[in-house]
Amino acid sequence: MAKILIPTPLRPYTDKRDAVDASGTTIGELLADLTRQHEGLKAHLYNDQGKLRSFVNVYVNDEDIRYLQKEQTPVKSDDTVSIIPSVAGGAPTAEDVRSVRRQPDLTGDEYKRYSRHLIMPEVGLDGQKKLKAAKVLCIGAGGLGSPVAMYLAAAGVGTLGIVDFDTVDFSNLQRQILHGTPDVGRPKLASAKDRLNALNPNVHVETYETALTSENALQLFEPYDIIVDGTDNFPTRYLVNDACVILGKPNAYGSIFRFEGQASVFATKEGPCYRCLYPEPPPPGLVPSCAEGGVLGVLPGLLGVIQATEAIKLILGAGEPLIGRFLIVDALRMKFRELKLRKDPDCPVCGTHPTVTKLIDYEQFCGIRPAAPEPAIVNTATDITPTELKQRLDRGEQLQIVDVREPHEYQINRIPGSTLIPLGDIPKRYNELDPDAELVMQCKSGKRSAQAAEFLRAQGYKHVLNLTGGILAWIDQVDPSQPKY
Amino acid sequence: MTERRLTITRAVDTAIRAHGQETYPHECCGALVGKNDGVTAVVDAIVPLPNTTEEGPRRRFLVRPLDYRQAEKQASVLGGELLGFYHSHPDHPARPSQYDLDHAWPTFAYIIVAVAEGTARDMTVWFLKEDRSSFDEGRLHHGENTDSHPAPAVHR
Repeated sequence: MAKILIPTPLRPYTDKRDAVDASGTTIGELLADLTRQHEGLKAHLYNDQGKLRSFVNVYVNDEDIRYLQKEQTPVKSDDTVSIIPSVAGGAPTAEDVRSVRRQPDLTGDEYKRYSRHLIMPEVGLDGQKKLKAAKVLCIGAGGLGSPVAMYLAAAGVGTLGIVDFDTVDFSNLQRQILHGTPDVGRPKLASAKDRLNALNPNVHVETYETALTSENALQLFEPYDIIVDGTDNFPTRYLVNDACVILGKPNAYGSIFRFEGQASVFATKEGPCYRCLYPEPPPPGLVPSCAEGGVLGVLPGLLGVIQATEAIKLILGAGEPLIGRFLIVDALRMKFRELKLRKDPDCPVCGTHPTVTKLIDYEQFCGIRPAAPEPAIVNTATDITPTELKQRLDRGEQLQIVDVREPHEYQINRIPGSTLIPLGDIPKRYNELDPDAELVMQCKSGKRSAQAAEFLRAQGYKHVLNLTGGILAWIDQVDPSQPKY
Repeated sequence: MTERRLTITRAVDTAIRAHGQETYPHECCGALVGKNDGVTAVVDAIVPLPNTTEEGPRRRFLVRPLDYRQAEKQASVLGGELLGFYHSHPDHPARPSQYDLDHAWPTFAYIIVAVAEGTARDMTVWFLKEDRSSFDEGRLHHGENTDSHPAPAVHR
């Protein structure tokens, strides 16, 4: 029997007592009895392997048991045993987080699964364990996120996080190989999880069904070693960059448009960030998104695999990552160009005197107004719905329909009898249109045609209507036999 | 779960920030002393402690057991109890790291002050979850100075 002095933080587990009597002839026995009496102490005194935690110090009288016989140190009944905390902590770095984390062992199944890695000198058993211990967060489960997540899961990255809030649409399937035809309409995270679990059940897939925002980004990123940016818009891209810089986590970046792609590794300690390259976003609307401009289906495969490769190299500490290098891929000519990037000392986030030290409003920064709901009221003086148009055509009224889309869009579907003049040609070709005729301007969804209608009215055209919802609404309301895109 | 609150006096706030700036680019550390009646916890003094880490004080701090004992003694001299510890994160956000988590004690309040380029910025407080899986962020509340003991009460 001996008296054990309990430190302040553990007293809630000992009914607030600062001393507890326990029986035993050695420290080990004494502590075992103590945790029998007060079960709640166990998790705080011992680690998962049943060893005393490094910051738990046990003293017999005034001697640290580390310098006696450790847990075998004998105890007499008049000895006073004290548990004395040491208090430790510190700022995180991605490397620290990885090195502190326990190296997990591989299971028999994993030895077989990763055998082609295990025989490579650059990976080997140590590297494969690093991969298993690693945590990578994919922003987006779309075009880039698909190959990134699938290859990282296949490679054995232990924890994969995915942030997305979208559902699978038919138009995704041409490139987003995480999702299949039966998944259309399901949340992307649900099909991603199924696909990744089927590919490699050893991988822990963590899903976050939310939009990435300035409010949640730091908390979402915190547990991860590497962030892979697979976003398709500028506000989120700047948000990912700034959050990575603030937290000191590398950003494996990729972006795609039609036949072109870009990749780099940003926000490492030594390297530049996205803002060193692009301090300011482009004016809104100048750079079209994939939804507006299209993208070759295999292109995200090409770029996503580059991002996944960079993430794996960072985890392994192997090779030369794309730090300070900006890779430009032209798939049409199949040329890879590389630009040298330097860390900008005046960079507003990663420079020597940063002016951006916390996350900001990125919609505002990129000049995008917060998504206001589309006005529900149809302006009857200048707008016409597809149903009204059909009725008027059926009555034999003379209306000229002007389709302002591109020729390749016109090939997919069209309203019978419409005239094609792409929006960009309107200023030089509008005089082909009769100023006294009643005109119905039309495009895919009604935006471009509204611009064209505006332009014509400014030129003195008096009877210009805009088809609300464009050809898509026409197909929905009038002619479902035509394909949509 | 209700959010845990920790009240600190203006003087304590000032003293923690000053300590973080003084040791920059190294981490500072020290003990939080005050009273906890089970409803509210009020820190009205700090005990600055030496950072004895051997792993590089830019990213780590360590309070040795002997200094811990010293802090506990000082707390009772001041008529208070040990409510937790504070440390700084030089050029890092005021959020706990995995290392902080791996070394955290239950019950204690952990105040982190971010010191960017030598200037103290955000200050946050954290409490270890019962299952040690992560920290809960608490609410740091600024109270008025109490007259009983001006902070910082003790120097190294």
